[in-house]
Amino acid sequence: MTPEPTAPAFDSDVEAAIRENHPALITYITAGDPSLEDTKAYVEALDRGGSDLIELGLPFSEPIAEGPTIQGAINRALEAGTTPAGFFDLIDDLETDAPLLVMTYYNMILQFGNSEAPCASNSNSEAPRASNSDAASLRNEPTVGPFVERAAEAGLSGIIVPDLPAEEADPLRTACDEHGIDLVFIVAPTTEGERLDRIMSQVSGFAYVQARLGTTGARANVSTATHESLSRLSDYDVPKAVGFGVSEGDHAAEIIEAGADGVIVGSALVDIIADHGAGGAPAADALESKVRELKRGAVRGGDATTDEEQPEPEHP
Amino acid sequence: MSTDDHESDTRRDADGTFGEYGGQYVPEALMPALQELEDAYERYVLDNEDGFMDEFRERMRDFGGRPTPLQRADRLSERYGREIYLKREDLLHGGAHKLNNALGQVLLAKYMGKERIIAETGAGQHGTATAMAAAHLEMPCEIYMGRTDINRQRPNVYRMRMNGAEVNPVTAGSGTLKEAINETMRDWATTVERTHYVIGSVVGPHPFPKLVREFQSVIGAEARKQVREQAGRLPDSVVACAGGGSNTMGSFHEFVPDESVALYAVEAGGSSLEIDTESGVAPNSATLSTGTDGVLHGAMTKLLQSREGQIVESHSVSAGLDYAGVGPELSHLVDTGRVTPANVDDDDALNGFHRLSELEGIIPALESSHALGYLEEYHDDLGDLVVVTVSGRGDKDLETVLEETEKRDLEAAPDVEVFDR
Repeated sequence: MTPEPTAPAFDSDVEAAIRENHPALITYITAGDPSLEDTKAYVEALDRGGSDLIELGLPFSEPIAEGPTIQGAINRALEAGTTPAGFFDLIDDLETDAPLLVMTYYNMILQFGNSEAPCASNSNSEAPRASNSDAASLRNEPTVGPFVERAAEAGLSGIIVPDLPAEEADPLRTACDEHGIDLVFIVAPTTEGERLDRIMSQVSGFAYVQARLGTTGARANVSTATHESLSRLSDYDVPKAVGFGVSEGDHAAEIIEAGADGVIVGSALVDIIADHGAGGAPAADALESKVRELKRGAVRGGDATTDEEQPEPEHP
Repeated sequence: MSTDDHESDTRRDADGTFGEYGGQYVPEALMPALQELEDAYERYVLDNEDGFMDEFRERMRDFGGRPTPLQRADRLSERYGREIYLKREDLLHGGAHKLNNALGQVLLAKYMGKERIIAETGAGQHGTATAMAAAHLEMPCEIYMGRTDINRQRPNVYRMRMNGAEVNPVTAGSGTLKEAINETMRDWATTVERTHYVIGSVVGPHPFPKLVREFQSVIGAEARKQVREQAGRLPDSVVACAGGGSNTMGSFHEFVPDESVALYAVEAGGSSLEIDTESGVAPNSATLSTGTDGVLHGAMTKLLQSREGQIVESHSVSAGLDYAGVGPELSHLVDTGRVTPANVDDDDALNGFHRLSELEGIIPALESSHALGYLEEYHDDLGDLVVVTVSGRGDKDLETVLEETEKRDLEAAPDVEVFDR
């Protein structure tokens, strides 16, 4: 086969966004906090400020990987009535330079597209209170296909699922491959050896390097675990982006200097949204300038790396 | 099916699933800890390495008071015209079956070299059992408990504090068990390297459903032996209440291969089986009877959830049954038809509470009262010889029972007023 000179350098939008904008800034906010209309304005501000990728959280009622900041955002979004259908309508409407990813919990993916009424609605409390056939007839068939299909149709480029380890990910990996969507996995400070190999063989787009043990949330410094994780990952040819606790431009600089291809910032942005309350341009402006600060920090870290090492260009 | 076949099926299979249920749906950071726990489960619990199971059984005897009796309930037997036996887990130290699992896991954590214990609690029974076990084995212990539950279960909060445990209030959401589990998982994801999470039921990611069931299966193992000695044969049915399902699986496990023994898991029907879709509340916790398949707290199982996949708030007069999920193995046994799901509403559970108290001189936990309520309504379906698990004693529930009884016109409720006489 003759190589096409004009062929895209990467078959993944997500990987391209990181490689071509190296060092990359990935930003996160929760969709529907405080409303989906506000989210639209905020995503546009993140895009204007220079985000290279944007993650949108689809809220789930039991966010076990999140710290208090993003839990708060998810509660506000759920109280505002955010649904998967409304979320996808928002994605349909958005036009951004940065590719978009969805971050949500596995049950939200499994239940999407259920046509049945909620459980129990067709059970009859007058009926005998013991029966096997009732239970069988009430079974839904949770499956990942409809969610991934709708995500692809809306133009999402990737999916991140914080409660889906590689061991359980085969169905979603297959569906993502069918629809040309990246599936990003989280690599924790505790991930080593065979499990690390397994994750790195299943990941696409980028590896989400968890900077420290625990939950999401802005922190005052960069952990030593970040440096250790990045050195464990240095032999794998997948872009690495570091998240969990990154809140300032200086963190971004230090992380890029330590060998990351990108930084992920969430809680620091969600804090801005929470501080501004419902609606409006002030929050969007504040988000945009925070994103500029973070991107400048990342670039500063990238310059330091280039000065020291003069690496080969990453790609033609 | 022989017992050996059954055990090789369900005790050692490595993938941690029960049919389509179970699995390990947790943040990546916890996966190595689950592998470590699975390894410890096989070595210490299944293979008795370093005499772990010997020490566990000895401590359950001397500290816990095992074996618990299987008692023929003479007046219930007369009332229902069949042989009714009660498995008296209410007589275990702490007043409930919870110690079987808590002591087992705290001891296991010690064998694994962990330095700190955390646990969630809803009504406070698992929290108090864990605090007792941690004090007994000299382990630092922190319990996460929803703010709402703290306010309605004060005696249990004090019991935990007396035993030296920290009690951390959880204010998120409705401040009940579901939120307490979320927060304990967050702590564990932060401290996993030296901390063990003592999960309180046969729920959560593999290997917890198997590990907890293994520690609780002493209930059914004893009952099976005792009923054969006392009644000369296996029972026609075993009835146990089900919330998360630890006393249920504990009671059933040894009987699963006995195909002639019918198994009834009695859930909380609450005030209604309908979900209020507007408020996102299910005024029941009848997960096995009415739930749909999904992922919660690390496992695929039956859940009370909205069509979109949000978990709904459950409700029961019994705080210990008040949970929107259920153990994955129970979900599987219900789908295969081996276990029959049933439910009893708040009123019938309260009647069951009063009836056992008055007829047999045993004040049962409100959780256990659901199994007794089922017996009253459906004893004709249960055969001639029935074992009912009394999972705990009801002292902890007296305030709730007085309050809830006052609101209702219950056939079995006595007049408890003495002060005005």
